[in-house]
Amino acid sequence: MSLGAEVLRGDRRALARALTLVESDPHAADEIIAEIYPETGRGIVVGVTGAPGVGKSTLVDRLAGQFLARGRKVGILAVDPSSPFTGGALLGDRVRMEGRGSDVFMRSLASRGHLGGLARATPRAIQLLQAFGKDLILLETVGAGQSEVDVMGFADTTIVVVVPGLGDDVQAFKAGILEIGDIFVVNKSDRPGADQTMRELRQMLHLGPHRAWLPPVLAAQAQQDVGISEIADAILQHSDVRLTDPEQQERRLQEAERLVRDALAEQLVRRVVSRSQTDGSWRDVLTAVAERRLDPAGAAKALHLDLD
Amino acid sequence: MTETEEREGTRPIRVLIGKPGLDGHDRGAKVVARALRDAGMEVIYTGLHQTPEEIVEAALQEDVDVVGLSILSGAHLTLVPAVIELLHAQNMEEVVVVVGGIIPDEDAEELRKLGVKAVFGPGTETDEIVRFTRASVGRA
Repeated sequence: MSLGAEVLRGDRRALARALTLVESDPHAADEIIAEIYPETGRGIVVGVTGAPGVGKSTLVDRLAGQFLARGRKVGILAVDPSSPFTGGALLGDRVRMEGRGSDVFMRSLASRGHLGGLARATPRAIQLLQAFGKDLILLETVGAGQSEVDVMGFADTTIVVVVPGLGDDVQAFKAGILEIGDIFVVNKSDRPGADQTMRELRQMLHLGPHRAWLPPVLAAQAQQDVGISEIADAILQHSDVRLTDPEQQERRLQEAERLVRDALAEQLVRRVVSRSQTDGSWRDVLTAVAERRLDPAGAAKALHLDLD
Repeated sequence: MTETEEREGTRPIRVLIGKPGLDGHDRGAKVVARALRDAGMEVIYTGLHQTPEEIVEAALQEDVDVVGLSILSGAHLTLVPAVIELLHAQNMEEVVVVVGGIIPDEDAEELRKLGVKAVFGPGTETDEIVRFTRASVGRA
């Protein structure tokens, strides 16, 4: 039986191996994805993002427990940064997870040089979990703070987690992070300043562009399991709103466009690079660019001129 | 080929560092985790007080090449066989199992007979652990 078929059948070991494959060998992964793709795109993908130390992992763990209790099939993808120097990574999100045995399938992904708070394999990893039968996927980004907006492109619902007293609040809620959140969680809400943080967040959201969904601002103490049920409710509400949104079809097309553009870019780069490496022009071009005899865009153009 | 692309096509060694049982000392586990990371490996650390079942389930989900067990409680002759049996039950015999901690020599021998590939006691150089891990997995 093919690996893809085993994933569809619900084999945990096959899923784990397929995830390794999509992480390490995009080319070989294409085959598996082609096989499972009709069975993907179902259920809800929840992105959880926020600065380091705000409690993303703990919140993800508690939400997993909450949705499990509600009869959902839960998968978790947790992304941590790879070292830009050695490529190594310390993936520590399991430390915050309570043992839920084989009920929850969790995979730690190293970012492997990919920017934007996620790993490059993220969309494929989501598809594998969906094909395996998970209908609620929690996607935890690298903790960065202001730039990990990629999550919005892959998640149906994006949760932005903040904590009270992060100094100048206006600074903390800069552009980007404020716009990507469908739900805002003020975690560790027993700390001083929580009310003020929630108030300021709400004010800023009201000032923003009018949207059909006004993102709720919810208080939580994930460690103590406080406020989790309300967050789960908000996720389901947001999902309902999305499904009845007349722009839903347009959004699906946008997502498809992004996926096809990415695949196209990857395939064309692979083709052009491997051809230039074979005929020896690759190194010459790199040398010319390094010595400032040729500019990078000009170099790229020279390599794919025949595609015009 | 550029460095990023090279890295993409290869597969870093993935190691799970587990702390089974009741002892609460994870300094050694963290030092080893850090050293393996600095050697370019992806290291999944599970945290304290894991059951053998939790460790093997994590190893399965994370598709690791190596499971490192850090045990300072003296319960290694109970915990390690449990982990190995559970790995076998999942058809994960190819996963390399190593143990670190305070293990008497005769017990280390016993663990090797059970299939543990190496036992690292106090004072082991992290370089040695890195070298051994690479050699036993057969990848850099």
